[in-house]
Amino acid sequence: MIGPTGVSSLPSSGERREVPSFEGREAARRLASVRLRLEIGLARAAGRLSRVAGQGGGTTIPGKILATVDPGAVGKLAGMLPLGSALVSATNGKTTTAAMVAEILGGKVALAHNRAGANLVSGVASALLAQEAADLGLFEVDEGVLPDIAARIRPQAVCLGNLFRDQLDRYGELEHVAEGWRAAVLDLDPAAWTVVNADDPLLADIARGRAEALRFGIDDPSVARDLLPHAADSKYCRTCGAPYEYAASYVGHLGDYRCPRCHDSRPALDVAARAISLSGLESSSFDLVTPEGTRRVSIALPGLYNVYNALAAASLSLVLGAGLDEIEAGLASFRGAFGRFERITAGDRTVLLLLVKNPAGANEVVRTLVDAGAPTRVLVALNDEIADGRDVSWIWDVDFEPLVGSLDELVASGSRSEELALRFKYGGLDPERISLVRDLGDALTHGLEATPPGGELVVLPTYTAMLELRQIASERGLVRPYWEEAAA
Amino acid sequence: MRLVVGHLYPDYLNIYADRGNIAVLAGRTAWRGIELDYRTIGLGEPVEPGEHDLYYVGGGQDREQALIAPDLVSKGQALHEAFAGGAAFLAVCGGNQLLGHSYRDRSGAELPGIGLLPQHTVAGERRMIGDVLLECELDPGSPRTLAGFENHAGRTYLDEGAEPLGRVVSGFGNNGKDGLEGCRVAGAIGTYLHGPLLPRNPWLADWLIARGLARTLGQPPELEPLPDELELSAQEVSAQRARSRGGRF
Repeated sequence: MIGPTGVSSLPSSGERREVPSFEGREAARRLASVRLRLEIGLARAAGRLSRVAGQGGGTTIPGKILATVDPGAVGKLAGMLPLGSALVSATNGKTTTAAMVAEILGGKVALAHNRAGANLVSGVASALLAQEAADLGLFEVDEGVLPDIAARIRPQAVCLGNLFRDQLDRYGELEHVAEGWRAAVLDLDPAAWTVVNADDPLLADIARGRAEALRFGIDDPSVARDLLPHAADSKYCRTCGAPYEYAASYVGHLGDYRCPRCHDSRPALDVAARAISLSGLESSSFDLVTPEGTRRVSIALPGLYNVYNALAAASLSLVLGAGLDEIEAGLASFRGAFGRFERITAGDRTVLLLLVKNPAGANEVVRTLVDAGAPTRVLVALNDEIADGRDVSWIWDVDFEPLVGSLDELVASGSRSEELALRFKYGGLDPERISLVRDLGDALTHGLEATPPGGELVVLPTYTAMLELRQIASERGLVRPYWEEAAA
Repeated sequence: MRLVVGHLYPDYLNIYADRGNIAVLAGRTAWRGIELDYRTIGLGEPVEPGEHDLYYVGGGQDREQALIAPDLVSKGQALHEAFAGGAAFLAVCGGNQLLGHSYRDRSGAELPGIGLLPQHTVAGERRMIGDVLLECELDPGSPRTLAGFENHAGRTYLDEGAEPLGRVVSGFGNNGKDGLEGCRVAGAIGTYLHGPLLPRNPWLADWLIARGLARTLGQPPELEPLPDELELSAQEVSAQRARSRGGRF
């Protein structure tokens, strides 16, 4: 499937075709176009049916049908986009980063964007189907399928945010994901941009030597951590294997690293965040330093991890042709992506949803909560479906301990609530302070009842628990269903 | 009472939340008033036989395992002496493989182990991933169960007559064929089960603590029981997972 000749030459469903004469080729093209339209009609109808039948948002079903009927269709549809496509991938932050880019570019360009986070081939196909008049494709892509999707749609830019250990039962070891990314970057069209987080040694290495690369990172030791967190990955030199020394460590293994043995180090940054100011759970601001100048930008999101998301979004927007004015305005008006940092009003109380799915991301959520004044009550919901990771061992790599000291109550919920309760018990929380409420709806009710009027209940759900909680909130009339938001 | 734990290569071998196992050892000793002296043993740091009561070796990615394997071999003799002196061992996943005779990777290259556990490992095609439930009987007359999660490409084969940790009820086990899981020699245990292993299997944590204390006490002490309702319900959920979806490709 992977070839340098572009989208139109991708074979459909693997069969070999004769190369027809010119007239024949024209006829074949028309025929293919008719066939594709029929398939699109069929697939779109399935999306409507899925919503009518209440089976969910229909955010992947049209794409699944299309991909089954014609495996080459994703590439063909993407090939029709006049401005091409950009892909965003990362272990953490891809949904937020892509949504920020959409906010920056959205006013200028009609986008095909999988904003509900359906990030496998079927989700990308569905987004292409749903937004027929789009000029530019903007897709967040699952780490594991990035090589496949890049080969199909031949993007003009790929933005790689970070790689952390995540769902080892599903993705395998970090190095396997990294090798897939390396091959995908090597296979990009020569003119395509590679936008990478240079603070991640693995990603800097993947982009090494690539001419069309934009490297971003944080350049502000005042917000650095003292130590690498327990679960840091990629902490050994890519070139010689010696442990890196960090002049500044920011999030997980992301930072300003240098190998003491072979002197390999973080490459020079093209786009950097300096003079970072973090204001509790409400907002952050920083100097965005770019080849086109420097701007003070603000985002209505907390935490250094969102500074990285904003840097990724700004860098990708730059290579897609956005100016600093649009970037500044887009970042300023951006509000949290679905479930990642989302406030839901529940009568005279609020619920703050902060998605957790792996140690690096959860550590940053914990750190941000503690920096903002640690909460006295937290609801943590651990599910073990495929999308969450069936192996729940990752919760033992999360540094939950900074939360423990101030907790009056932990509400442990989800299909693996006992395991979560154990994590806090062995993390030093008095078992008397742990409420085990497996059912998410009951846990939400319990947590809200225990929250004083005017107060906020902090909820840390895994992915399917987040979807389930939003469903419960929607049934209780608190939020709109996610497919309506995706269409908004 | 005092238990000295030697944790080998915690900076390199920590992929499946190995520190959860250490947290359980720490909690269950502290709650009983046993002093836990936790010491790390890193790359290039020598092992002094007689210094530690219980050794822990976790799992790593291939890259990290390759980085530490030669160093582990250089510690092999000292670890054998420590074992002969009565030290207990828990080796999980990659650590389990490296404590065997050898590990042969996909290219056919052989990485030597230290041969403390009578087994060898050969890399296979498909990873064996899923929940696992075992039946075991480390002390005759005391049948127990262990519930955990496995994720390994290596197929491990026990030497003729070697004792497994347990028999597979659900899951793949050592190699997906012979129905055996792990390896046990005296107070040394190797296994593919993580999850991590000890939080939801507190009896094994206590068994290891007692075996470690036996090195200086002469025999394993009776440990005072702890309230383990939460641990046992977590084990039951994990066991149900293994029954309903363990051991399938």
